[in-house]
Amino acid sequence: MTTSHDIIVVGGGGAGLRAAIAAAETIPGIDVAVVSKVYPMRSHTVSAEGGAAGAIAEDDSLDEHAYDTISGGDWLCDQDAVEIFVKDAPKELLRLEHWGCPWSRQPDGRIAVRPFGGMKKQRTWFAADKTGFHLLHTLFQTSLKYDGVHRYDEWYVSKLLVDDGRVQGVVAVELTTGRIETITAKAVILTTGGCGRVFPFTTNAAIKTGDGMALAYRAGAPLKDMEFIQYHPTGLPFTGILITEAARAEGGYLLNKDGYRYLQDYNLGTPTPTPVLRSMELGPRDRLSQAFEHEVAKGRTIDTPYGPVVHLDLRHLGAKLIDTKLPFVRELCLKYQNIDPVTELVPVRPVVHYTMGGVHTDIDGATPVDGLFAAGEVACVSINGANRLGSNSLPELLVFGTRAGRAAAWHVFRHGKEPTQAVLSQAADERRRLQKDVLEHDGGDERISAIRTSMQTTMEESAGIYRSGDSLAKAADTLGELQERLPRAALDDRSLAFNTELIAALELSAMLDVAESIVASALRREESRGAHQRTDFPARDDNRFLAHSLAVREADGSCRVDYLPVTITRWAPGERVYGR
Amino acid sequence: MADTIAMEVARYQPGEDGAPTMARYDVPLRKDWVVLDGLNYIKDEIDGTVTFRWSCRMGICGSCGMTVNGEPKLTCATFLTDYAPGPVRVEPLANFPVIRDLVVDIDDFLDKLSEVKPWIVRDEAPLSAGEYLQTPEQLEEYRQYSMCINCMLCYSACPVYGLDPEFVGPAAIALAQRYNLDSRDEGAAERLDVLIHPEGLWACTFVGDCTRVCPKHVDPAGAIQRYKLTAALDTLKHYVLPRGGR
Repeated sequence: MTTSHDIIVVGGGGAGLRAAIAAAETIPGIDVAVVSKVYPMRSHTVSAEGGAAGAIAEDDSLDEHAYDTISGGDWLCDQDAVEIFVKDAPKELLRLEHWGCPWSRQPDGRIAVRPFGGMKKQRTWFAADKTGFHLLHTLFQTSLKYDGVHRYDEWYVSKLLVDDGRVQGVVAVELTTGRIETITAKAVILTTGGCGRVFPFTTNAAIKTGDGMALAYRAGAPLKDMEFIQYHPTGLPFTGILITEAARAEGGYLLNKDGYRYLQDYNLGTPTPTPVLRSMELGPRDRLSQAFEHEVAKGRTIDTPYGPVVHLDLRHLGAKLIDTKLPFVRELCLKYQNIDPVTELVPVRPVVHYTMGGVHTDIDGATPVDGLFAAGEVACVSINGANRLGSNSLPELLVFGTRAGRAAAWHVFRHGKEPTQAVLSQAADERRRLQKDVLEHDGGDERISAIRTSMQTTMEESAGIYRSGDSLAKAADTLGELQERLPRAALDDRSLAFNTELIAALELSAMLDVAESIVASALRREESRGAHQRTDFPARDDNRFLAHSLAVREADGSCRVDYLPVTITRWAPGERVYGR
Repeated sequence: MADTIAMEVARYQPGEDGAPTMARYDVPLRKDWVVLDGLNYIKDEIDGTVTFRWSCRMGICGSCGMTVNGEPKLTCATFLTDYAPGPVRVEPLANFPVIRDLVVDIDDFLDKLSEVKPWIVRDEAPLSAGEYLQTPEQLEEYRQYSMCINCMLCYSACPVYGLDPEFVGPAAIALAQRYNLDSRDEGAAERLDVLIHPEGLWACTFVGDCTRVCPKHVDPAGAIQRYKLTAALDTLKHYVLPRGGR
């Protein structure tokens, strides 16, 4: 069966909903479909805790937000994109305010802002410590009033249809019934989020499997800067639940096993009782996660069944501040770790959190494939460079979700064309593949979970906080073997109704492609920059690598890595200075 | 503590089974494992056909609500050890059609949510005018009702919804009230039509189970009671003042 819309948005999180609303507002009467593998309010945007950066304070400026972002990203950000981002961010946050987002306030009713890691000024808007939750529900509930926005809840997109050099739709599986449908469109916007689940220990929800990255990669769009994976310094052991940076912004300390604020040993400043911006616990995430690894090497961490940890100390903040500013932190610690941060130390360790890289786009979310757009974590514009600053991802998905939605709407208006015959036969091939090669495939001797675990372990061991040429080359070989094993995985589940095992198989296939692009890009980048630290190339090398990597999928499935210069406008590459 | 615990999981396959059956699996009993970890262990290691929803595993996405030993629970926030020595019985949420195994159809809620207009109703000011001012006290008026994660535990616990699926239900009414009480909103009158309908808030008999099971302390029962008072006053005004007193 075939249906059609003007625009298909793949993914119903913050970026997808913002893009859908923007498209609906740009061209009256436009027909937008939001196709998401979960109900939109289940999307991972919901888990973002700390806040959203937008310079509004009287002592703040757009230039300072831009500088913090660019230096935080170790000069790999495209500065033209960052300038647009910091300018649009406060407007987008204000739009959310008008739509009902319950931003925390000052006593006089104006928006309150809080400090955040790597930011020199207080510019992080917040809704207590459930900012992502409130932002997502505000967007979802607001989207319900737009008649032009149609939802396909719990549909999984397995393929982008591309012919004649342009994207023309998708093939998707309806989970409830197992029905496989062709949905054509004149533009497609990918907003599926990142790929944290290629690693074993991550803050990312189960759904963060890099689907959109794989869809684009297979359709011929390059993946940019995939080697830059952010470890958040404070995750709870075992569950990987994130303890927000706001906990440190409000004054929390990081302590090693001797109760010592060890960050002072890593060129991040000197300890003070109250937090100092861009210093110590408010340094950037990459530097804090790297400091942890050094503490492990020195034997100064605490051993647990889930590996080494350090302690986050919030006790001196007191119950009142914790309950007002960090209620979710206390709830998470109590409910999932059985620890009360008011009276006890919280065990934490670095945990995979965010994919700086993603589908290569311009400042309007356009990819090199005609009619294909991307925004949010799935995309790489790039404003995050080699390391994203905390509280830049929520404004990013709003700013670039909006821009992609508008650009896609204009694309449909000006250049929209009907689907070609070739694309419809592609869709028929994909339907056959899903039916015969995946669902009805017999005789396999592999379990999906076993291949997935091998992939995750390989990535953690070889492409974690510190990498080397040897470890990455080995990882590339292992991933190649896993790719060969995947077709031998047979499904226990042959049912059409809500077949989650079928989806798990498709997600694993996406993750393996994405993992290969991460390893290939990391192997080629023979320098250390931001979140990409090579033990065999410990220094930044601007002569060779002040450039974005572009991972391109070759016809045989292998990955070729090209480079694209970084756009520098006003801030020449310099040293990243924190704590002084 | 024993090494394992038995989980009894409801299995239902549309078209094949008449009624759901219970299947029994032994899973490791670990201090930090929740019911959802047990289900994932079953799916990964024993039987890939066991079907359930989950995502964030931190009590915020609202996907993993199920009935655990007769009570609606978020399975990511329910420790297996609380049910030792077992067995732990896991069934789909009550009061919803079952799609398969532990997955229920919640589209009815989404339709009802749209009906109560859960968005700010007013002519939007230009961005240049800045934010709508809202003091912390004004925010506190509706904050509790904005915490709903749409997990559906309240509908599953609600005896009225169980008998009358037309009832708008706890979460949708709480979210209507979230906007009614927001100082930025002007849509209370528009929402009244849906809510004063016989299947709206008057259907609630104030059993209070919705509030008891809510994992986010939203207190839908309180929202409904409070709104009944507003609606009663509004109806009264309608009779006393011919133009509704608005």
